[in-house]
Amino acid sequence: MSDALLTISDLETRYRTSRGDLRAVDGASLTVRPGEAVGLVGESGCGKSALGQSIMRLIQPPGRITGGRIDFAGRDLLTLGDREMRRLRGREIAMIFQDPMATLDPVQRIGDQIAELLEFHTDLGRTAIRKRVVEMLDEVGIPQPAARYRNYPHEFSGGMQQRAIIAAALILQPRLVIADEPTTALDVTVQAQILDLLRRLQESQTNTAIILVSHDLGVVSQLCDRVCVMYSGEVIEEASTGEILADPRHPYTVGLIASMPRLDVEGQTLNPIPGSVPDAINPPPGCKFAPRCPRAMDRCRIERPVLRDHGSGRSVACHLYD
Amino acid sequence: MTEAAPPAPGRPLLQVEGLVKLFAVRRGLLEAFSRPKTFVHAVNGVDFTIGRREKFGLVGESGSGKSTTGKLVARLLEPTGGSVRLDGEDWLTVSGSALRRRRRDVQVIFQNPFLSLNPRWSVESIVAEPLLTHQVLPRHEVRDRVATLLREVGLDPRHMRRYPHQFSGGQRQRIAIARALALNPMLLVADEPVSALDVSVQAQILNLLARVGAEHDLGMLFISHDMSVVRHLCDRVGVMYLGRLVEVAETRSIFREPRHPYTRSLLSAVPVPGKRQRFEPLQGEIPSPLAPPSGCVFHTRCPIATERCRVEVPLSREVAGGHRVACHHA
Amino acid sequence: MPGGDSTRMPAGADVVEARPSFLARFFRDLVRSPKGMVGFVIIVILLATAALAPLLAPHDATLQVLTDRFLPPFYAEGGSVDHLIGADNMGRDLLSRVILATRTSVTVALIVIAIIMVFGSAVGLLSGYFGGIVDTLLMRLVDFQLSFPFILLALLLLAIFGPGFSTLIVALSVAFWVNFARLVRSETLKLREAEFVQAARSIGVSHAAIMIKHILPNTLPSIIVLATLDIAVIIISEAAMSFLGLGIQPPTPSWGMMISDGRNYLYDSYWMVLGPGIAIVVTAVGINLFGDFLRDTYDPRQSRL
Repeated sequence: MSDALLTISDLETRYRTSRGDLRAVDGASLTVRPGEAVGLVGESGCGKSALGQSIMRLIQPPGRITGGRIDFAGRDLLTLGDREMRRLRGREIAMIFQDPMATLDPVQRIGDQIAELLEFHTDLGRTAIRKRVVEMLDEVGIPQPAARYRNYPHEFSGGMQQRAIIAAALILQPRLVIADEPTTALDVTVQAQILDLLRRLQESQTNTAIILVSHDLGVVSQLCDRVCVMYSGEVIEEASTGEILADPRHPYTVGLIASMPRLDVEGQTLNPIPGSVPDAINPPPGCKFAPRCPRAMDRCRIERPVLRDHGSGRSVACHLYD
Repeated sequence: MTEAAPPAPGRPLLQVEGLVKLFAVRRGLLEAFSRPKTFVHAVNGVDFTIGRREKFGLVGESGSGKSTTGKLVARLLEPTGGSVRLDGEDWLTVSGSALRRRRRDVQVIFQNPFLSLNPRWSVESIVAEPLLTHQVLPRHEVRDRVATLLREVGLDPRHMRRYPHQFSGGQRQRIAIARALALNPMLLVADEPVSALDVSVQAQILNLLARVGAEHDLGMLFISHDMSVVRHLCDRVGVMYLGRLVEVAETRSIFREPRHPYTRSLLSAVPVPGKRQRFEPLQGEIPSPLAPPSGCVFHTRCPIATERCRVEVPLSREVAGGHRVACHHA
Repeated sequence: MPGGDSTRMPAGADVVEARPSFLARFFRDLVRSPKGMVGFVIIVILLATAALAPLLAPHDATLQVLTDRFLPPFYAEGGSVDHLIGADNMGRDLLSRVILATRTSVTVALIVIAIIMVFGSAVGLLSGYFGGIVDTLLMRLVDFQLSFPFILLALLLLAIFGPGFSTLIVALSVAFWVNFARLVRSETLKLREAEFVQAARSIGVSHAAIMIKHILPNTLPSIIVLATLDIAVIIISEAAMSFLGLGIQPPTPSWGMMISDGRNYLYDSYWMVLGPGIAIVVTAVGINLFGDFLRDTYDPRQSRL
């Protein structure tokens, strides 16, 4: 897709371990259009966090990106040098992590931390920067922003800390924001507020695309138009949010949805997926979901399925549909 | 070895009345030496009962006091006030070796499957510990019992010599459940038992809990912040806010017709896949537990609060069969 | 779970696997660490020398051959291969004395470390587990102890009991047990709140059983690391005490005593000090390297379990 903002093709990210290479991301492909909100859903070990970090080139040894392409606005991010990446981070691509206290410096004032970004990436003067930061704090719903500029992170509640992080992420109006489980550590009422905020901001900043990484399909469906499902390092299904719930095609997606307890359903029977996630160091041959798949065929144990376009935004990696 | 008498039918398994837990907070050097003056009201007068085979869910957000309540019921913390009756007998005044013996009736499953099992013990030792501590069986029969328990929770007994880190999170939780069942308890206190697990594994463990609960005639105090999970598993639900129980009802009632404004907001906040949520937000933030609001503890954020709410603590009233709400206006 | 740490291994890495025995893993880790290997080799040589000292020593270490007084090492003029590193002021073979002194140092170190590990761990466990008045009392004892300079303590004991092997052991034990107690106490404080300890309580396990079967095994890695590093310090302290004449008494050779003997002849017969000096340095370095390796690999604070 030539109008895509981000195209990831067959990305491979591996971690060296004493038993061999752990394939955190194992040939994942994904596209994001400008201004779009895409959800990246999967359970632990599926590689969704590693994928987000790979885009930002934040993978450190013993991890390394071993293959694929990441095309962002016409440039392959994997070919960029350190300095170029640093210019890109914060300015064009921003990341929001799950734990705000891991991102915020506890001994620096909140306002100053956000101001630092503007100092690094723009030529604005101190007064202009300060004004902009206060505006942004206001926009993310922090009350008395001018006063709270001077607060330290521990003086903010968890929800407010995350709002501050969002402010920092969006202040330079990046073209892409990667939010890695931004609400998982928050209470459910605070989560609802933050999702509300993200939705509002997403609608007003039309040029900013967002990848929302989460294990919670409910959270993702509040914000995203499209959902990509990951399993064992690969994207195995892609569809609009409505379609994924109404008509899941990949057996893993089907199983995942069947095992989720839902608030709006009474007397539910949960049908968990039997077995457990495959070994990321020595994955089984063929389709990695085959050992747990109720519809596995002989072909599935030999040949790995490829993500195929089913038209109208749908893709599935499964031999049942080949 | 004496067998405990089988519980009399009809009598509630657990009766909690006016349960209070205060934590002393010492601020500053001066307070370090004198009697503490500031307290956190972690649990502030909680009443509920759990029936013989009933699964009672306790929900709330951080600071609600639900975990503390669980620990009080399990006697891992000592309450500051109130009473708890287990199978009709006073539970709080038991101490020493009598307490250790009665602990067999209340077993706990913890949240973190990685930390609730001693990393240096084999699975066999872990599951056998309750049996050996209380000398329930002759030593040569212990291993067989461990094998039976492991099989019951869906694990292969041949792996019993392995160590916890060799198992996945879901499997470790199964081990914890096997351990909890070893002494044939009457009540299981499960403190966020599936919160650290993936969705598909969560489902496995929830189904397992439901099954063992039925097969062993267990009552359950199921503590969780995840309302979808509680809806699925529990017969009755209690909602806690800042140390108080604001609403208690049968699962069906509470989810269809929540009466307390906090419950309503809480339920509206849960993101349901496929539906845009109509969140009824609360103004402000959770007040500090060091200084809980006067009167109704929720009034500072309540959309329908009145002057009365600021002044008078609402008592829990029954609004429908078995459905109780602590609100002046519900 | 912080999301900002990109060096953390992604989940899914801890899949069921058969675990090789502790020894096998230990040697696998050891072989990968240069400093570990060096330290380990030195320690093995040390222990072997201590065990086989009488067999290894070319001469009787206490035999005085007055014609061999101040004989220089084999590489200097007048020296002979018979006395490889020379002879001291009484004509005793220095190499034999160094070798025999190894036995002294190792014996003292092992006895002391055994005593302080047992006593220090007991105090630390009780203190950390029960807290309250027990903790206060025991920690005040520790504080009191720490405020006593080691030498003063040694002199005090010397005055009471007279110099000798037992006094040395007591002095060193008294000086070094406190570190153990504090370490075990802090580990116990942490472990006391661990969920598996709460689980044991909820089962009805007694306090004693919890402390010994649950908490103690989990403090072992830290204890072993500290013990290893302490051994080096103990050996040096023993040397210091013997140097001052407070410890090992003649005729039993000790490195410290040898250095003390050679002090007056430093300019003319430096080799009297060279042997024991190098022995002390190599021993301390070897133990420290090995202790470093242990800490890097097994310190639970850096654990990736």
